[in-house]
Amino acid sequence: MSPKLRKFVEFCKDFSSNKVALVAFFIFLLILFVAIFAPLVSPTDPYDLNTVSIMNSRLPPFSEDFSGNYFFLGTDGAGRDMVSAIFYGLRVSLGVGVLSGIFALIIGSFFGISAAFFGGRYESIIMRIVDIQLSFPSILVALIILAAFGKGVEKTIIALILVQWAYYARTARSSALVEINKEYVDAARCLAFGNTRIMFKHILPNCMAPLIVVGTLQTAHAISLEATLSFLGLGLPITEPSLGLLIGNGFEYMYSGDFWISIFPGVALLITVASINLVGDHLRDMFNPRLH
Amino acid sequence: MTAFIFTRFAQSVLVLFIMSLLVFGGVNLVGDPVEMLINPEADQAEVERVIRELGLDRPVTEQYWYFLVNAFKGDLGDSFIFGEPALKLIIQRMPATLELALFSLFISLIIAIPLGIYAGYNPDSKASKVIMAGSILGFSMPTFWVGIIFIMIFAVQLGWLPSTGRGEIGTFMGINSSLFTLNGLSHVFLPALNLALFKISSVIRLTRAGTREIILQDYITFARSKGISEKRVVLIHVLKNILIPIVTVVGLEFGSLIAFSTVTETVFAWPGMGKLIIDSIYNLDRPVIVAYLMIIVTFFVFLNLIVDILYTFLDPRVRIKGDHQ
Repeated sequence: MSPKLRKFVEFCKDFSSNKVALVAFFIFLLILFVAIFAPLVSPTDPYDLNTVSIMNSRLPPFSEDFSGNYFFLGTDGAGRDMVSAIFYGLRVSLGVGVLSGIFALIIGSFFGISAAFFGGRYESIIMRIVDIQLSFPSILVALIILAAFGKGVEKTIIALILVQWAYYARTARSSALVEINKEYVDAARCLAFGNTRIMFKHILPNCMAPLIVVGTLQTAHAISLEATLSFLGLGLPITEPSLGLLIGNGFEYMYSGDFWISIFPGVALLITVASINLVGDHLRDMFNPRLH
Repeated sequence: MTAFIFTRFAQSVLVLFIMSLLVFGGVNLVGDPVEMLINPEADQAEVERVIRELGLDRPVTEQYWYFLVNAFKGDLGDSFIFGEPALKLIIQRMPATLELALFSLFISLIIAIPLGIYAGYNPDSKASKVIMAGSILGFSMPTFWVGIIFIMIFAVQLGWLPSTGRGEIGTFMGINSSLFTLNGLSHVFLPALNLALFKISSVIRLTRAGTREIILQDYITFARSKGISEKRVVLIHVLKNILIPIVTVVGLEFGSLIAFSTVTETVFAWPGMGKLIIDSIYNLDRPVIVAYLMIIVTFFVFLNLIVDILYTFLDPRVRIKGDHQ
């Protein structure tokens, strides 16, 4: 067995020691599968106007319409099958959350590692900006961007990137500061490698573990924040129905007792966010040297 | 020390200036408020009159300059919708938000501290594991959705508590608040509990970690060896010592309760600042949007400035580093 593979097997064993995290991980994989293959696994296409009938609006769970379509979780105000709407909503929610997380990871680790590498005035300016930004609650940062520039897919993603990048920058800098003093960095410098190469080919891979931990927890946070913003009507437009929008749509039927339109998308959101959080929590414990 | 405070103050002013550029610039690039305000059947002359009246015919830079000059005089412009000063509208709604945030802080502390102490005191018991799992769940639950469920259960199905508005307002020692009437309390309970959820989870974790550290200290062993009852050890010795970090963190995060109350206020139709900003964004009421964002940003910037300065008094290391720069 190659050393890399052995390390990976060891990591898997270590991860499986916590049964709750393992179950959460498999639930997350299932959700990811459903989100990616939503058009294939959904019973109907909820946004195809030919199949959606207003006659079926607000059917309770476990009901059937005249042409024999079965609605396991009922239908919403426009007669869409809730199961399908949730599957498509997961796709949008996860897509926006993961995309913004990846961008924030790239931007944050770039600034974090370069700050640690160059130090001096550059470092203090970057870290001061990070500190100032982290002193604002995430929802306020998102609110400022979306209130000032209006709603939309790109704007929501930009707002989520802005909310998250500072966490990545701080994590990347603190682990890069430790790495920089190690011998392999000196060795790379002696070989006269360029700064960019040392920073991103040598230091970055060794900072990945804490960045991944922050990444999982931040992605969960981003998904939940996007849902909140879309519910408020500030995030995604109605053409991109995320789980938050589905919950918001159901809110108007709440007072007439049609609970399923709001509740089930929320349950899907809760399971998604909780499973990511549980995995992230366990990863954090695994990488925390103080607990070993 | 003085240099440190001066640098921080200059940075705060810079942040405010950048925010004003960002917010004012952004708001003026989006949407057409005239379209929202004028009767669609109005003729061209009427449209132009309104545009002139609102000062929208001038270049954006000039509008921004007027905004800055007036802001220093304490005038943040008049609301397009209400025709009243934006600042006045916000100040009118501020007490409702503050009472909601304070009450939810109160709820979160009386629920979370006992649970946190219990979980820290018996870390391996079943109940502690349930408490900790619950706190992860609390972190993961979207606040607005929990609010909807609260309304569904307690207002729609059971009919126990009202789900919208602020209720009757009482006066006590010159302060008007719905916390002073029974009807008002019944209105504030659900939104406050909803806003408190997130805080409950984080205070439970904080208290648990603090308790686990403190029960290992020598003075706890000493107190026990003196024969003091276990109840007294927990209620006096442990509680007093964990309160210090909890009060610091919770005090600092009071601002985040106010920021997150926008969500709760929208769900429960609570007439506070948060609902005002969301409504203003829908109505493109630019002066109110700009005024709200500037007020809340100023609040946060100065809150942090004060905390930074306080730390220099409490922790000499910060002071030395600041002078060194």
